[in-house]
Order: sequence, then structure tokens, then C-alpha cells
Amino acid sequence: MSHEKVEKNLGLMVGLIIVVVSLGGLAEIVPLFFDSQVNEPVEGLEPLSAVELEGRDIYIREGCHVCHTQKVRPFRAETERYGHYSVAGEHVYDHPFLWGSKRTGPDLARVGGRYSDAWHRLHFYDPRMVVPESNMPAYPWLFEQKVDPTQTATKMRALRTLGVPYTDEQIANAEENVRGTFEIQALIAYLQQLGTAIPEQR
Amino acid sequence: MSSFWSIWISALILIVVLGCWWLVWIVRRNQPSDRVENRSVGHEVDGIEELDNPLPKWWYWMFIGLILFSLLYLALYPGLGNYQGLLGWSQTEAWEREMEAAREKYGPLFAQYADTPAPELAHNGEAMQAAQRLFSNNCATCHGSAGRGGYGFPNLTDDNWIWGGSVDAIKHTLTNGRQANMPARGINPNLSNDQLGDITEYVLSLNDRSDVNEAAAERGKPLFAQACSTCHGQNAKGNQNMGAPNLTNDTWLYGGDRGTIMETLQYGRNGHMPAQKQLSEDQIHLMAAYVYRLSGQHREKGAE
Repeated sequence: MSHEKVEKNLGLMVGLIIVVVSLGGLAEIVPLFFDSQVNEPVEGLEPLSAVELEGRDIYIREGCHVCHTQKVRPFRAETERYGHYSVAGEHVYDHPFLWGSKRTGPDLARVGGRYSDAWHRLHFYDPRMVVPESNMPAYPWLFEQKVDPTQTATKMRALRTLGVPYTDEQIANAEENVRGTFEIQALIAYLQQLGTAIPEQR
Repeated sequence: MSSFWSIWISALILIVVLGCWWLVWIVRRNQPSDRVENRSVGHEVDGIEELDNPLPKWWYWMFIGLILFSLLYLALYPGLGNYQGLLGWSQTEAWEREMEAAREKYGPLFAQYADTPAPELAHNGEAMQAAQRLFSNNCATCHGSAGRGGYGFPNLTDDNWIWGGSVDAIKHTLTNGRQANMPARGINPNLSNDQLGDITEYVLSLNDRSDVNEAAAERGKPLFAQACSTCHGQNAKGNQNMGAPNLTNDTWLYGGDRGTIMETLQYGRNGHMPAQKQLSEDQIHLMAAYVYRLSGQHREKGAE
């Protein structure tokens, strides 16, 4: 096949490009769909509760993932600071993944239980109150706004279609569990469970 | 990974590598032997032509070199499905080796202090310097870099303790964390806000405030005995076993003004210190000595 023939037949070139480009995905991504290490939750992993799920949506809405990662890499420098490296089975119920790709602030994959709720409240109200040199923005509106409870069950049903094992009971009680929750409570509840599924977090 | 996917991955990778080889080879083979320098491939736009010159030699050999490198890499390191590579390298093992090396290097630095009693260690400048770094990394986020605490975070530089200031108590706090639990309205949920106001006056009177409403304080005294003394004690001097602070020494975790005490009574408090699981036993020992020193106890009891 001559160079000229490929170059002058757009359809043929497009076809060949698709073949070449898809080879990487076929080797690196497709096998993962069938790999139990990636698809099966680690022991003890629970789907987010209704309140935690709303907290996760606030995490996404406020763009926390833009400055914070949720992925401890297997290097000593990271595991000493953040705890045990992340494993794939911890993220099976994450839709979407919130691994992030840039650390302006620290990694949050194992922030659960690391600080008290009171610390988080102060820190969200004004990060400088507890970390004087912090450049994180303040989020005072989280203390005034309440979570909309009417959508929680819908979100849980949507996640269930993606394989998150919510029970009918959890979905039925979602609205009640969430009603009256301030956004700050939901967000802190979400943060406090991050990375706590595996027993050896350090 | 099942052997099917292992073969799938290996085959695709090798196809790609060989495909690169084939591409480089075929392009070179197709150069006509009687080739003319700067022969045009036949298109020209605004006087710009594409010429059919072969790759420079160094560039051609660089391609070949890269292909050989990839084959060597795939032989040495895991990359072809389940094949582990000749070096047997894995990410987890690399991490474990790194951790082990660090333990060997840094472990003794902390272990050398393990047998020295903490009050004595508090006088060891070198040890305290190491401890200060640990404090900055692990404790300062809440207690402040100088250990003076803040709203809701205890001051560690005075000798007032909520959970106890003995070395053992400090170690227990560091190892297991602490969870305070002051219920709203003490143990009597039926108290009215007016009654809470009376208790507030009583608590203020215990701290020699000049602006206390004496009549209210008098009314608050029996209410305190009923709703608060279970934890804080009849004399309000607190109980370190339950993390109930002394209410008579004018030292406050959340604030000792009238409004804040009232708020504490109305809503309760749930101070929480997380367990410091990331610290090793030797490091906890060193930290305990540091906190002991911060509180100034070493000056009175340690030196002699």
C-alpha cells in the first residue's frame, strides 16, 4: 500500500487512524473491565449514605477535586504523609471517580477521621483560623444552605443502575435522612468516611 | 488476570512494537535505489512542496534503538499481561523496600529515646528538636505551632488538663484519641433556658467574676448539682477520667464569657481528638515528653 494511496483516500486514512489509536485502549483499558481487582470492592466497603452522597455532590459542585486529589500513590513520601496507598477496590462505587490530577492542597484519599468535625467546620468557615498559611478559599455559604432532599433518592437510583448496591430501604429513607441537613454537615460526613474502608489506613 | 486477557495484552503490545518496526523498515525499503535528491511527492501549495527524502541516518537508528529499548524493557519489567519480568519488580515491593530502608535509617533515631523516661527526655534538647518537627507535622494543625490551642482546641502550654497531664495519660490520648461528650443541658433535658442562665451565673461565680448576678447564681447552684455534677463533680473541679474540665480555674476551651457558657449549656460540646495512628510507639513516647515539656511540668518535677 503506497503512501500516496493512504494519503489521498480520506476514508481509508480515518479507518487506519482509528485502528492505530484504539490499540492503546484495547491493551490498557478494555482488560480492566473484566479484572476482579478493579471491579470488586475491598472488604467492608459500603456505598455512601444518603447524607454522604449529598456531601460528595457538594464536593463536586465546589470543585474540591480541582485542587485536591483522592489518590495516595505507593511511594514512601506519600504513604508517610497520607496513609496507606490507595487500592482500586476502594473506588468501585465511585461514579464519577474523584481522583483529581492536581494537588494545590493535600491529598484527601484518607482524610477520614484525621481531624475532628469541629476542626473541619472552622476550616471551611475560614481556613486561616486553623492553618494561618493556607491559601484555600473559605466556604461560609455551606453553613447557611441546606441540602435539597428531594433529589437524593433519584441520585441513589441512578447509582444503582451503575452497580452501587443501594437497598430499596436506603432509597426509600433517603429523603428523610437528608432533610434539614446543612451542606456543611453533608460535606464533613463525606470527608470523614474517605479512605476508612480498609483497616490498615496507615 | 485471566490468561486470556494476559495473552490479549501481550499480543497487542507485541503487534504494536513489531508494527513500528515494520513501518520504519518499509518506509526505508521503498526508497528507490536510483533516488534523486529532493524529489517532490507531487503536491505543491503556494510554492511549498513536500519532498521525498529519506530519514536522516541518525534518526532512523534512533527509531530502531527505541524499538530495541522497548523490547528490553518488556523483558525486564512487568508489561506483558501476567509476565512479571526478569527482574521480578513490582510496585508494592518497591514501596516495601523503600519503607524498610527508611525504618532502618530513621527507626534508631527514635528508638534511642525509648528507654529514657519522658520527664527526663523533656530536658534532652536534641530529642525535643526532633519532637518539635513531629509536633509541627501532626499536632500543630489544631493545637497551633506553639501548642497554645484555639477555640475548641486545648492549650497545651498550661498545666490545666482535660484528660490528664501525666505521661501515661498523654500517651493514652495520643494513641487512642479522645471523644468528649457533653450533652445539651447536662443530664437534664428538661432544664429551661432561664435555668441554664442561672447555671451560667453559678459557673461564673465559681471563677471569681465581679459581675455575677448573685441571686441567679444561688438559684443555679442546686441545678448544677443536679445536671452537671455527675461529670464535673460536686465542687465543679472536673473529672479527667471523663474529660470533664475543671470549671473553677478560669481556663476555657470554648470561651468563658456569659454567652459562650450559655451556648455550651444549650447545645452541648463534643470535642474530639483523633488517634494519632501514624506515629510509631517510639514516636508517641517522644511526643509525650514534648507535650509534658510544653506544659512546663518538667521544670517543677523533672530536673531534680
